[in-house]
Parts: sequence; structure tokens; C-alpha cells
Amino acid sequence: MKTVFAAEGNIITSLGYTAEENFSAMEQGNSGIQKFSNPKFLSFPFHASLVDDRKLSEKFSTLSTNQNYTRLEQLFILSIADVIEKSGVDLSNEKTLLIISTTKGNINLLEEQNYGIFPEKRLLLFEMAKEVACYFGMKNSPLVVSNACISGVLAIITAQRLIRSGQYENVIVSGGDLVSEFTLSGFNSFKALSDEPCKPYDAARKGITLGEGCGTLLLTSNENLLHNNEKKIKVAGGSVSNDANHISGPSRTGEELALAVNNAINEAQCANAIDFISAHGTATTFNDEMEAKAFSVAGLQNVSLNSMKGFFGHTLGAAGIIESVIALETMKKNTMISSLGFENSGVSMPLNIIRQTEKKEINTSLKTASGFGGCNAALVFSV
Amino acid sequence: MRHKHCVSTKMKINITNYCSIHNNQIKLNGETLLVKEKQVPFNEFIKSTYDLNASPYMKFFKMDDLCKLAFLASEFLLKNKNLAEQYGSSTISLLFANTSSSLDTDINYYNTVKDFPSPSLFVYTLPNIMLGEISIRNKFKGENAFFVFEQFQADFLCNYATQLIAEKKAKAVIIGWVELLNDNQEAFLSLAEESENGTELIAENLERLYISNH
Repeated sequence: MKTVFAAEGNIITSLGYTAEENFSAMEQGNSGIQKFSNPKFLSFPFHASLVDDRKLSEKFSTLSTNQNYTRLEQLFILSIADVIEKSGVDLSNEKTLLIISTTKGNINLLEEQNYGIFPEKRLLLFEMAKEVACYFGMKNSPLVVSNACISGVLAIITAQRLIRSGQYENVIVSGGDLVSEFTLSGFNSFKALSDEPCKPYDAARKGITLGEGCGTLLLTSNENLLHNNEKKIKVAGGSVSNDANHISGPSRTGEELALAVNNAINEAQCANAIDFISAHGTATTFNDEMEAKAFSVAGLQNVSLNSMKGFFGHTLGAAGIIESVIALETMKKNTMISSLGFENSGVSMPLNIIRQTEKKEINTSLKTASGFGGCNAALVFSV
Repeated sequence: MRHKHCVSTKMKINITNYCSIHNNQIKLNGETLLVKEKQVPFNEFIKSTYDLNASPYMKFFKMDDLCKLAFLASEFLLKNKNLAEQYGSSTISLLFANTSSSLDTDINYYNTVKDFPSPSLFVYTLPNIMLGEISIRNKFKGENAFFVFEQFQADFLCNYATQLIAEKKAKAVIIGWVELLNDNQEAFLSLAEESENGTELIAENLERLYISNH
């Protein structure tokens, strides 16, 4: 079995175009969530974390003058290009694979204002992934993961498995999703959208805030691709489970998320206890409650925990990767970010939610996610 | 994608059951259970197939077409089996893939957005809801994954399922290919587990079974 390392990462959200920019904005307590009025998206004002169009075009034009990329494809290309540049990973190597994680891909192409600008086939997730892989001239066809809100975590777990077994040496995992009329109207139809910036685990939480963006992480068994002056972090364990309870509501007990967490920890075989949890924390009543129960079942109720949704919203298929990259920064910088939006506990079981950004030696961290379809995923990073 | 190195295992993992639905025909282990003429609409065919199955299941009627297709194939695949009891809920894994994700239902949902966005359609705009429905029905709580490919990828699916069983993450894996867009509907589900019976789980065999039931 090969050891799998987490190498370079990138994040693009409303808070910035690199992992460092995002992390430093979060360290300062800045949120990218704003109130928007856009009748093309929703008939009433809504809160969201959006990537600025003009800035995105500017950034993309420094890479390419080709206009034939959709908004989401531009985000993927920019995010992946940053990781390639900083890591020097060899794309022509047939042992290098790209995994794309997304829930809805180019779904905004269905919308009236975008109709007919791009070929209809770009609605197909693998066609979108092919465009991105082609831009970089990658040898292997990309793999697409689409498994609701655990997509990003599942994509990293899949990459870890493909490297561990020796099928690939390097896997670039990139997750992206947009805020669109499709997703806003859908979550609104569920009455799941908060009318203020989301407040994960808080007593006054009112639901989710959507966000858009892209996150990319390079996983590798090649230690030469790691920076010498930083902690070497392993992708040590990963597991997925299903609630087998309800397609749009989480487990009543949290036992299934706890099952994935325990399996991931067992696989990681780390001598040290978990120092930090980057939880899912969508700020819906039921999700946060289920997670609180799950962490108690797993015996992790005292571990420092945050949800990052208060900074850039729920980025759907990108969330697992963006939040993993921040968890890795947390370990490298030994700085845990406060769980923005949290004041008073609104869950029935105790959680050790980070109230203020603090310095602490972090050598083992846990990332979790849960989603529609009853899916849960857990990932352990360890030095 | 290229996956030259198969995950090695000393155990014998076999495909013990497979079920396909294609061109208004449902087959279990290669034998036709029901066939309808080409002009019979999909919904009518699906209703006849549902009626073939003795046990009623009310949640079926709420499902979108993609889930109905996957669900029915799983019902026939798992008939007379109780994998959750045999192996334990947390050891049954679902590994599914297709070409069009949930695009058929995405379009149907989006058509409701201008008037009254439908939450009951929106929930089906994710392809892994199929896995959720089958998990609820059968109490499967193990590993789940949904991938999107241009076409059926026997080698990837085979390697992934083999790795799950070899690394003891699963005792049985249901490998599913369920595709639905416009007038094209197809489902091909197979059950992989350690067994004396059946066909060895290798890419060539999975590919052959898929093609011969297509």
C-alpha cells in the first residue's frame, strides 16, 4: 500500500483566488456572504457568497483569451492551474489523473439568459470535465464524482484509494459548483434558505446560505511534490456510509455518520487523537442536530470543531474540497478558524465549537460531510 | 481512463446475480422476465414491471423515472436475498454510474421553476438519490459512490468494487449502471460478493455481461 500525501491546494470563493487569500480572510473573520437582489435568480433578495463576474473574467484573461469556457469551467481551470503551477505536477504522466467533483456542473446553461451560448452537451458533467482536462492537455480522461454534498470528500477518498493501490501516482481533485436560479429556487422550495447569513449549530439558525466556488487539491505518493518547509500531511483514512432513512432528511440518530467517522479513524491508524474537526454544519435544523449526535456517538464531542459555511456558504460539490484545503491550512499554520455565525448552542448534544480563532498544534484532523440521499463521508488527515 | 493495475486479492469475488432493463425488456441472469413491444411507452412498461414484483412499495410512486428504473432492477436483482441480514447493513456497498447524471429530471424540475418550483422534483435532481432509495428499501448502510462516465467503464467499476471487498470495506457490492435521458433508458445491475457460484468479477466478464444484456 502506498502512502498518500496531500500536496498543493487552491480555493476560489468570494474571499479570494488562492488558499492563502481565503485562509487569511477567514483568520480576520471576514465573510464573503452578502445580500443580493437578482430577479433572474430569485424574485426576492437572498444571501449568498458569489464570485464577482468582472474579477473572474479579468483573472481568466491572464490565462487564456479563449471565450469558449463556461463560468464554472473558468473557475475549474483557474483553480487547477494554480495547483499545477505551484506543485509542478507532471500532467503528461499517465500516472496522473484528474477527478472532477460537482453536483450540478453547468446547470446554469438551462437558464434563459444563458440559453444557446454554449452547446447543450456541456450540461453533461463528463463533457464539462473533458473541456477542463483538454485545456491542460491531460493524458487520461477525467473521472467525475457526483454524489450530492459529499461529492468533494468522496472525490478525495476515491483519489486516496486509487493512489494507495498503485493505480495512479498523482490525482488532482477539483470540485466546483455555481449559485444559480436552479439551486436557489430548489433550496427555497424546500424552505431551507436562511434569510440572513447562515449560523451553523446556533440556536437561532434558519437554514443554509448557498455559495459558489472551486477547490483543488493534489494528492500524491511522490514526496518530491511536497514543500520541504511544511508539515507532511497524509490522507490517512476515508469512509462513506448511508443513513438508509430518508432521501432528503438526515438520520435521527447520527449513527451512520459516526460509522463513517470511526471507519476513517480506524483506517488512519493514527497514534494521536483527533485535534480538530472540520464539520459539515449547513445550519439547517436537522443536519446540525444529526451531526451533534454523531460526534457524541463517535466520542468526539470535546474536539474543537468548526463549520466554514459562515464564510463562503454551502458550495455543494466544491464544499468537501474547499473545506479540506482549509483544514490542511489549519494544520500547516496551527491556527483554528472560528465557526462564524455561532453564538449559542442550538443542538441537543454538546459540541466544542471554536468561538475565536486560536493557535494550537494540529497534527490530526477530521473532515466530514453529509448530503441528500442519506450519504455521509469522513476523511482523516494526519502528519 | 486507463487502469492497468488491477487491485490484487486472494479471495474469489464473483458476480452472483445480474439484472438488466433495456428496450422494454427486463432480464434476470440473462433470462427474460418480461418484454413489451417497442411502441409501449416507458411508463407503461415500468408499471407492468412493477406489477410483476409481488411486494408493493408505496415510496415507488413518488420516485422520478431514473429512480424507478434503478429501484425495479434492484428489486429483481435482490429478490429472495436478504443481504443486510446475511452480511450486516454496514457492509453492503452501492457503486453506481451513468452518462447523464440526473439531467432528465433536472430539465423536468427546471420547467417548474417559472411557476411553482417543485420540492418533490428538486430532491431527485441528484443521481445518488437512486442509491438512497435502494438503501432505504434494503437497509444498506455501507459505502456509496456515484460516478459519471461517457460510457460504461467495466475496468474502473470492477477495480473499485474489488478494492472495497479486498480491503474489507464491503462484503457485497452492487455495481449499477442506470441511464435515462429522453427516450433512452437502460439499467444494468450486478451483485458482487465472495462466492463459489457465479462469474468471476473481472472487467472482461462485467463488460461481456453488460453488452450481452444491452
